[in-house]
Amino acid sequence: MSSRRYVLLGVADDGVFSRLKAEIEGLPNVEVIRGLSIGDFDGVSLAVFPTGVRYSGVPVSEVPTIVKKHLEGDKTVDQRFNGSALPSTILPSRQKRIVLERVGVIDPESIDEYIESGGYEALKKALNEMSPADVIEEVKASGLRGRGGAGFPTGLKWEFTAKSEGKMRFVIANADESEPGTFKDRVIEEGDPHRLIEGVLIAGYAVGASQGYIFVRGEHSLAIERLKKAIADAKERSFIGENILDTGFSFDIRLVPSAGGYICGEETALIEALEGKRGQPRPKPPYPPQKGLWNQPTLVNNVETLANVPSIIMKGANWYRSFGTESSPGTKVYSVLGNTVHTGLFEAPMGITLRELVFDYGGGLKDGEFRAALVGGAAGGFIADLDTKLDFEGVKEKGGMLGSGAVLVLSDKADAIGVLLSIARFFKRESCGKCVPCRVGTQIITDIMTRVYNGNCTRKDLDVMLDIAYNMKLTSFCPLGQSVHLPVKTALEIFRADFESRCGD
Amino acid sequence: MSSKEMVTIHIDGKEIHAPRGASLLKVARDNGIDIPGLCYYEKVSPTGSCRLCVVKIDGRPGLVPSCMVKVEDGMKVTAFDDEIESVRRGILEMILAEHDDDCINCEKNGSCELQDLAFRYNLGRELRTLPSLLDVVPKIYDDSSPVLIYDSHKCIKCGRCIKACFEIQGKGVLSFAGKGLGEYVVAGIENWADSACDGCGECVQACPTGALVEKPVYGVRVREIDVDRKVVTTCPYCGVGCQLELWIKDDRIVKVRGYDDIPNRGSTCVKGRFGLDFVHSPDRLKYPLIKKDGKFVEVSWEEALDYVASRLSEIRDKYGPDAIAGLSSAKCTNEENFVFQKFMRAVIGTNSVDHCARLCHASTIAGLVRAFGSGAMTNSIEEFLNADVIFITGSNTTETHPVTATYIKRAVLFHNAKLIVADPRRIDLVDYATVWLQQRNGTDVALFNGLMHVIWKEGLMDEEFIRSRTEGFDEFIKVIEKFTPEKTEEITDVPKEKIIEAARLYGSAERASIVYAMGITQHVTGTDNVLSLANMALLTGNVGRESTGVNPLRGQNNVQGACDLGALPNVFPGYQKVTDPNARRKFEEAWGVKLPEEPGLTVVEMMYAATQGKVKAMYFMGENPVISDPNIPHVKEALEVVEFLVVQDIFLTETAQYADVVLPAASFAEKNGTYTNTERRVLWVQKAIDPPGEAKPDWVIVQDVARKMGYDMGYSSVKDIIDEINRLVPIYAGITYERIRNGEKLQWPCPSPEHPGTKYLYKDRFNRPNGLGKFHPVDFIPPAEWPDEEYPFLLSTGRILYHFHTTSMTRRTQALPQYVEGPYMEMHPDDMKKLGIEDGEVVRVVSRRGEIKIKAIASGRVYSGSVFIPFHFAEAAANMLTNDALDPISKIPELKVAAVRIEKIE
Repeated sequence: MSSRRYVLLGVADDGVFSRLKAEIEGLPNVEVIRGLSIGDFDGVSLAVFPTGVRYSGVPVSEVPTIVKKHLEGDKTVDQRFNGSALPSTILPSRQKRIVLERVGVIDPESIDEYIESGGYEALKKALNEMSPADVIEEVKASGLRGRGGAGFPTGLKWEFTAKSEGKMRFVIANADESEPGTFKDRVIEEGDPHRLIEGVLIAGYAVGASQGYIFVRGEHSLAIERLKKAIADAKERSFIGENILDTGFSFDIRLVPSAGGYICGEETALIEALEGKRGQPRPKPPYPPQKGLWNQPTLVNNVETLANVPSIIMKGANWYRSFGTESSPGTKVYSVLGNTVHTGLFEAPMGITLRELVFDYGGGLKDGEFRAALVGGAAGGFIADLDTKLDFEGVKEKGGMLGSGAVLVLSDKADAIGVLLSIARFFKRESCGKCVPCRVGTQIITDIMTRVYNGNCTRKDLDVMLDIAYNMKLTSFCPLGQSVHLPVKTALEIFRADFESRCGD
Repeated sequence: MSSKEMVTIHIDGKEIHAPRGASLLKVARDNGIDIPGLCYYEKVSPTGSCRLCVVKIDGRPGLVPSCMVKVEDGMKVTAFDDEIESVRRGILEMILAEHDDDCINCEKNGSCELQDLAFRYNLGRELRTLPSLLDVVPKIYDDSSPVLIYDSHKCIKCGRCIKACFEIQGKGVLSFAGKGLGEYVVAGIENWADSACDGCGECVQACPTGALVEKPVYGVRVREIDVDRKVVTTCPYCGVGCQLELWIKDDRIVKVRGYDDIPNRGSTCVKGRFGLDFVHSPDRLKYPLIKKDGKFVEVSWEEALDYVASRLSEIRDKYGPDAIAGLSSAKCTNEENFVFQKFMRAVIGTNSVDHCARLCHASTIAGLVRAFGSGAMTNSIEEFLNADVIFITGSNTTETHPVTATYIKRAVLFHNAKLIVADPRRIDLVDYATVWLQQRNGTDVALFNGLMHVIWKEGLMDEEFIRSRTEGFDEFIKVIEKFTPEKTEEITDVPKEKIIEAARLYGSAERASIVYAMGITQHVTGTDNVLSLANMALLTGNVGRESTGVNPLRGQNNVQGACDLGALPNVFPGYQKVTDPNARRKFEEAWGVKLPEEPGLTVVEMMYAATQGKVKAMYFMGENPVISDPNIPHVKEALEVVEFLVVQDIFLTETAQYADVVLPAASFAEKNGTYTNTERRVLWVQKAIDPPGEAKPDWVIVQDVARKMGYDMGYSSVKDIIDEINRLVPIYAGITYERIRNGEKLQWPCPSPEHPGTKYLYKDRFNRPNGLGKFHPVDFIPPAEWPDEEYPFLLSTGRILYHFHTTSMTRRTQALPQYVEGPYMEMHPDDMKKLGIEDGEVVRVVSRRGEIKIKAIASGRVYSGSVFIPFHFAEAAANMLTNDALDPISKIPELKVAAVRIEKIE
């Protein structure tokens, strides 16, 4: 690892950033790398390298102190800022980092640091030592499942894509991360963009594609900047382009910022948008591996999914399976938010319990008792049982879904109804309008939830809301509308009394 | 559907046989199982957005929209059970929550698919559980289009209009804007008026509710339930022959719909749907007129007929029959053309009968008869859909044959066809083309020879076809040899790379179809141009098979029929030569008179014969040469000098002003008969209403004149005429009245009542005596007039979508002038800058023959040095300027190239 000195700035805060820039001016060999999501603590945080000491919750006023003591004096500033934890090192011991292993550790804008830390070795291994079928076999054997939320076996998807007939094949990294409370993909893109690129390249090789796209959420400007540079650097080093590393494999990657819209995270709507059309879902079947972009076989994988691939190729399926559970191997990056002491990203083996995540990683509740957690983002369900195993099956058993791995923790003092109202508003705003149940249903549910929130609803409203949500689940065109039922249903189960207390009858 | 294989499925226990891959919803409905659904529209791809058609299918989880499911063998479907019906009812309620069910004042009341379903599911307002959401649905009321109105509060966002616009019309003007409940249909980026919408109304026809409705261009708002009757007939505008459904109330056309049959399958253009109100124009001629002391005076039919008969008899007796010339009409029916030419030949005794086909496709007939044996479109409109390559030249198809253009666009958009456009103007189809060859006007032969040179050099010709089915190859190829890409580029200005690319595309296609129109024919080399295209098809074996051929698009509704039925000076009906004694004998026996032996005068020749004093009287049936013919000053002179002019029309046209007698005719809506469309298909024209005043069908009038002149044709109905055509015209022999009335839409040749008609020509042999197709060596000859120092601009003329021919119909409509009001000239902005002309400035355009004042419009459609003027408009008639130089073979004038000078008006 490089020994140069730099400060990683955790959250893109312009005030802290410019102050930091001003303070370090003149200091030899110190750089500031802006806006990197370090991950696991709330507030603005800095990490000082090469030591990897981090400070959380740093206000602008305290920046000079840190610069003076730590960067000039080489001493850790041993104090809490804004009530945050004491300075700590970058990796909490309990985390098992695979996809986040370099995040907050290397300079994401340096392809050299990526390569020095073992980057692009998996690509070399795949291209030089493995056939595309071998790669697919390895991914299948690893048991990796899609991290976008549906949990479909990744290797199988690759195999379908590879076996479909077409004039050419495509790989799309779905980086249009828009699930409320979910910010894992952004952190990978910002903190370790080459890992995603390497994953796309290996996927492209495996399925026989020649063109890749990274369809990235348009608001993620830093991620876009980093990915742009990473793609350019990778091209310069012949990891992308014609005859990659003299192996005869040619593959191009284009970065396409999304014009906006939660719906574009749905893979067929994404493809429509990529083709320059209105982002609305296509009927399935055919699925993208059969007919995707320009009606050609297309592999669409989530960023986190692809980010797992280089490690699986380097270290093998058996190693990967040593983490997580039998049916959900590997790790999962959880976005934890809400009423916990620590909020942020935690990468942990699949199958830890909700209790472990909330108390051991999240540091327990800030205030009050645990009431429930919304697992899986807006499209997920509320879960009250702390012993729920956090893997695809475990959450499903409890009537929810793991989804993107967002976990919104609610204490008994939190306003669950307010949360459901914002979920309803979110779906209403993001409904593309294509199908009737979603277009109209999201409005009706929002109207009812507004009445609930304002305390002027009726019990019949609650029934109508559940009916509509159920109808939406049965008949909506795509997962967006189908998803609304789960939060509504689980909220009505867990917070029934709260809801009824708002009814006028 | 890829396979016609039948499969067996069960719906609600009922065993059903259906073709594999068919839509489950359609199969169910075809078998009487009425699954509800609003977004499904059979003509476009399924959308699956209304979710009303959900069913359960054994082995599939949940509910599946049946419109999106293709039937497979053994499928077991539940279409109706309590759960499904309850879900459907729930969805329907949601739709009603965002819909303004103001049925009381809705044009769709009684024919609204949503209203029907609301009734079926018993969802009256007080029975609904959901409140109206109209306060959050944005109200977009767009009445900016001249022909339609969009109301977002009646829109259920099914997307049928959007798909109809793109998938049927190939236009893609419409799309959704907004999100969620805020979604609505938008034309272009903001509103209908500023969009590329050309008013075809396909969207209106597709709309299941009252969201998209026609404006009352026919004068009254009507609902379907108000209509007295619906009459299916053939459109009177262009040669496509669209089948229309006229809605009649109180003996007026009140609405028009496209009728779902060959050849248009329900589509129309803006003229067919919104431009038929000319029928009810107050300008319609209602009574015969005789000019007395320079003024028209209404007279009785008796007086008018006596007068016409006596004057014509007098002139014939005094100067001989060839002193009388007649123009028949491509707007009139087959039967009327037959009767008119019979009148000229058998009653007057001259072959001097012609019609405006002389000005459009005379060179087609001359050329294609020489090369193949018959002068008509070799293939059918629908075959374009399956062509691999379509080569379009000299046809601005989207404007002149709009519904034919939809087939071409769909071939490109949805069937992977490649389009080559060879046209000096950047016509709209260029947007759909793989290659656009922008040749200089009048260099077509050089361009085609250049293409054939590459095809030949690269070995892309069909040697077996050339050997077994053609003659004349050796002489032909000698001419081709010198047209290297370099030389071709020099003559045509088309870059040689593009010539090579286009030649390879056309030359290597399995099925390549050539489409052309007046950009090819209206030249002094018109026949050469046509022969050259025929050479291309012969060279590559692209004729005599489906989706290939050489396809002239005929301009007028019945120009094909007028030619077929002998309104030409050199042939009897069915292209039987007047110089052929056997043919003459046949007609003499049938008509009981001696017939003239020499071919008569053509359109332009007649005018010269008049000014030379050889022609003394003229009889025009439904023609307006004062606007349509080249060199108008000369035409006017001719009409002034003739002793007697009879004009029979539905309006007092510019030409009728010169007449001594004007006879009021019935319009297409007021008579029975047939038209033959551009693909040789005979289509029924059904009387829908009575003619105004004392107007009569043209055939009745002509027969009356004949009777007054002592010749009784003895027809009591159109059927009598068709029977006679069947007897005398071999290509029409099997197209009997009974078959036509039974709904058969037969294409000639159809030699017997059992014959199914001919979809495409020359399958096994060409129609020439030896059965072979003939190559013709055609060298490049420049146009009669090139731009020079005195007249530096090249003028080309043509038609536009919103007007037809001399505008006698289109300007008498409410809607069409709102799109284009009057004359204009397309001019390249660079040229305008050079001459200091502002966009929209009125300038003087001068040729060697005349001058006009016209508004100049900056346009990138024409290249620098050329201008384009639509020929429709009397107040700035392009034909004041055009050259009446003739193609020596077909006598077609060179309407497409003239040299002009453009002057600022100080």
